[in-house]
Amino acid sequence: MRIDGKGLIDRTKPVRFRFDGKDYAGYKGDTLASALLANDVRLVGRSFKYHRPRGVLTSGSEEPNALVEVVGPSNQTPNVRATMQEVFEGLVAQSQNRLGSLRFDLLAVNDYLSPFLSAGFYYKTFMWPRAFWEGLYEPLIRRAAGLGSLSGKHDEGTYEKAFAFCDVLVIGSGPAGLMAALTAGRSGADVILCEESHTLGGRLLSDGGTIGGVPAGEWVAQVVAELQALPNVRIMPRTTVTGAYDHGTYGALERVGLHKPARPNLPRECFWRIVAKHAVLASGALERPVAFENNDRPGIMMASAVRTYLNRYGVVPGKRVTVFANTDQARAVARELLSAGVQVAAIIDPRPDAFSVEDCPVHVGAEVIDTRGRMGLRGITVRKGSETFEIETDCLAMSGGWNPTLHLTCHMNGRPRWSEELAAFVPMEGAVPGLVAVGAANGSFSTHGALTTGHAAAMRAVEALGRKVSVAVPEAEDMPYRLKALWAVEGKGRAWLDFANDVTTKDVKLAAQEGFRSVEHMKRYTTQGMAPDQGKNSNVAALAVLADATGRGIAETGVTTFRPPYTPVSIAAMGAGGRAEGFAPQRFLTSDQASRDRGAPMIEAGLWYRPSYFPKPGERTWREACDREVTMVRQAVGIADVSTLGKIDIQGKDAGRFLDFVYTNTFSSLPVGRVRYGLMLREDGLVLDDGTSARLGQDHYLMTTTTAAAGLVMRHLDFVHQAFCSDWQVRFISVTESWAQFAVAGPKARALLSGYLGQPVDLPFMSVAPIKVGGVEGRLFRISFSGEEGYEIAVPTRYGEALFRDLLARAETMGGGPYGMEALNVLRIEKGFITHAEIHGRVTAHDIGMEKMVSVKKDCIGKAAATRPGLWGPEREQLVGLKAQGPISAGAHLFVPGTEVHRETDQGYVTSVCWSPTVGAWLGLGFLKDGRARLGEKVRLVDHLRGLDVICEVCLPVFHDPEGEKLRA
Amino acid sequence: MRLTCPLCGERDRREFYYYGAEDYLHRPAEGAPLAEWDNYLHLRDNPAGVTKDLWYHEAGCSQWLLVTRNTVTHEILGAELVAERKA
Repeated sequence: MRIDGKGLIDRTKPVRFRFDGKDYAGYKGDTLASALLANDVRLVGRSFKYHRPRGVLTSGSEEPNALVEVVGPSNQTPNVRATMQEVFEGLVAQSQNRLGSLRFDLLAVNDYLSPFLSAGFYYKTFMWPRAFWEGLYEPLIRRAAGLGSLSGKHDEGTYEKAFAFCDVLVIGSGPAGLMAALTAGRSGADVILCEESHTLGGRLLSDGGTIGGVPAGEWVAQVVAELQALPNVRIMPRTTVTGAYDHGTYGALERVGLHKPARPNLPRECFWRIVAKHAVLASGALERPVAFENNDRPGIMMASAVRTYLNRYGVVPGKRVTVFANTDQARAVARELLSAGVQVAAIIDPRPDAFSVEDCPVHVGAEVIDTRGRMGLRGITVRKGSETFEIETDCLAMSGGWNPTLHLTCHMNGRPRWSEELAAFVPMEGAVPGLVAVGAANGSFSTHGALTTGHAAAMRAVEALGRKVSVAVPEAEDMPYRLKALWAVEGKGRAWLDFANDVTTKDVKLAAQEGFRSVEHMKRYTTQGMAPDQGKNSNVAALAVLADATGRGIAETGVTTFRPPYTPVSIAAMGAGGRAEGFAPQRFLTSDQASRDRGAPMIEAGLWYRPSYFPKPGERTWREACDREVTMVRQAVGIADVSTLGKIDIQGKDAGRFLDFVYTNTFSSLPVGRVRYGLMLREDGLVLDDGTSARLGQDHYLMTTTTAAAGLVMRHLDFVHQAFCSDWQVRFISVTESWAQFAVAGPKARALLSGYLGQPVDLPFMSVAPIKVGGVEGRLFRISFSGEEGYEIAVPTRYGEALFRDLLARAETMGGGPYGMEALNVLRIEKGFITHAEIHGRVTAHDIGMEKMVSVKKDCIGKAAATRPGLWGPEREQLVGLKAQGPISAGAHLFVPGTEVHRETDQGYVTSVCWSPTVGAWLGLGFLKDGRARLGEKVRLVDHLRGLDVICEVCLPVFHDPEGEKLRA
Repeated sequence: MRLTCPLCGERDRREFYYYGAEDYLHRPAEGAPLAEWDNYLHLRDNPAGVTKDLWYHEAGCSQWLLVTRNTVTHEILGAELVAERKA
């Protein structure tokens, strides 16, 4: 019911929205919860386990009951707290966790089965008959479990992530937070003020009062206006600080567009990482419910929430309100309701010495022991001493005191301290370096306490920053906080602690009785605090009940671990930008467009996109294109973009010496203008990478790495240099992206290049020469990864595309053309050249038959460790070639024909395979135990995954031109 | 987590690559017994408290850093360039 003249909503801006298929009206400034309450909708959800009818309990992010699904054009978001979702024109929401309608939820049968569904019921109830578990019980439970539902489609909404830096981060904008932000802001410090709600002011918006002689709302408006005018203050509304991390880093979730109709490019949420030199935690406190029988009915709410709905939204959630509270502060709600003309049936105060004169009946020393009204509260039963009586009421405002919102102070292993005086946990000072809790978050519950502690914390930060400021703290109410702890009212029935997960005082007592006496065990056995609200308003009461049941004190019982995030953070926000194409960076070759123009499918290799093959008209499969390209290279000439290989430019007097140290073989003796193949080990003796290095000048080398290991090798070189020989005169830099480089391979390669460069190419195998390509300085290498006479021509990247198109045009007049990754792979397998399929991190130089490349004349990285027993000898699996008449597969394992196929008889495995159009057989490279001594033998190749069982011949890994005559031609 | 690179200043840990304990800096001399290599490559302390380890400023200046930090409090006590380290 809406009350005239109350609230901060904008009554000139009505908003229409839909809930469970029905249209309602609210105002701008309403939350879904306040708007539904204004429309007298009390039933908004069903509880998780018993499917009990539930209404709105709170007015904040701690809400356990009013969880709804918000349906957008491209997404469906479950477990949205109706207390946080602002209404907007066209908002569509629906209740969740029901089978049937919200009023007639078929799973409400669980409530009647509750004697069988107590804590840990699934360990007990479904034990017999045993066979029923998998077939019946588990599927049933799984169907009932889970909260809310998804659309099943990709969330196409926009999400963002961002970094921010500041001197002072103020978390919360109640009196403590505003005072802290104002003090730090006036000092000139860089301030970020985060407020979870859409409006700044915190409890001042709900509780009123006066500050410095003006109404609290006016004071808030003045301070906010000043903060907005300060250029050094950033105000972030709708932003929840969700976690405190090392070295002043905080996670925060901003609801950027969730309060508006979706439109393109409007982010839904933004996940912030805020780095702050100082932080002030002014997150306030959470009011805690009292556990009494049937305390979960729609219409039973937190007293503070009733006050918020009245003062902030102009809504009263009932016509005849009762108040059950053990603090003086909660009396204010009754007085305000009365002055707004709302009937207050009674105040029930469990403190026998409480003030008993109000404008309504007051029952001191009394307790609520039961309630009536399944779909909404109709009445309560009160016990005072030995008498019990009924009160008719449709809204019960309850309060069991307050718990400081100290979660963030515990995110770095800190534990809170129990305060007997407040009957609450308070933050341990210094638990998060740089973070100071103030105001209610630190147990200072009065407005005066909030203002002074907020001011003091900001002053300390300002001083530490070397700044000066003088800000007067205004006068405000300083009422003492006086309560008698009341966690649970004695009684026989079910009294709820955790509303979201349906945990009652009985469950906690049962856990204690069954030996789950540790608070962490109790939590897991009962699921207390494990719902989306994480037990924000129930955990402390639950452990108080546990303490009582185990005969210990609350301090001794302790709390469960507080972990981030404080409120749920959608995965989409944390992974913003990381879906689909955003998952990894994409690197494109200069020849990319030319390759795509020719219809080449691109495949990803080390973040690069490389052409797989170049289909010709009439070719139906990739194999047909691949076979043609292989034959083309073997018989004419092929062009391939090999720019993806890592290129490291190494210079200095000690460059050769450095290469000798990182490669197994010697490079200092390499003549200028020559190229050498090098093998690089890790320090543990296993192969790290291979590639060619060219000596461009006396003190100048160019190293080539494999595509995938380019970054790895760079990091390795940096380590070796900086850790072991930083005094050597050598410097290096990655030039991978500075050069476009193309392989020109085949018997007609030389003719092509001679024609293109306008002079005869006469370069011995494994050498390099500077060239001019149409006036552009480039390099020509004579190296081969195909086994044919091969060249690689390199030009600065910006000329890459032009060179590629030129080379293709020439090749095509000579019966040649481009070849892709598939053909490149076949060519290198035919020639027995290895890639990272072979040097996969578990092989030694000995395994690949390159032990002779480890120089005995010098030390190198990995040399010592490679001599360890077990890393060489006949028991090792060694590189061999395999030949078969039928298809074979990489990943298959090798066995001796006639033996059983299992792990113990495993003789090795296959790493690369291809159909070789050159040899006319299926070829493979693989590792076989003592393989080099077994050439000519037959092995059985088995691949259970692909259903292969083939006999292969073991041969030398070089199938094509084993003498290298073509290479050197 | 924030690390202060001696060259680049305070940076987010996402800019760094973590390698392992500082032991990697104490490479045995050529010809050292295999047991010494085994120790160098594989045997590590697991200190609760102050430790030194190696971080590479991969998304920054490419310098390897020797970082002194506390594994219990997560406090960073210092960072120096491996190339210019004292010991």
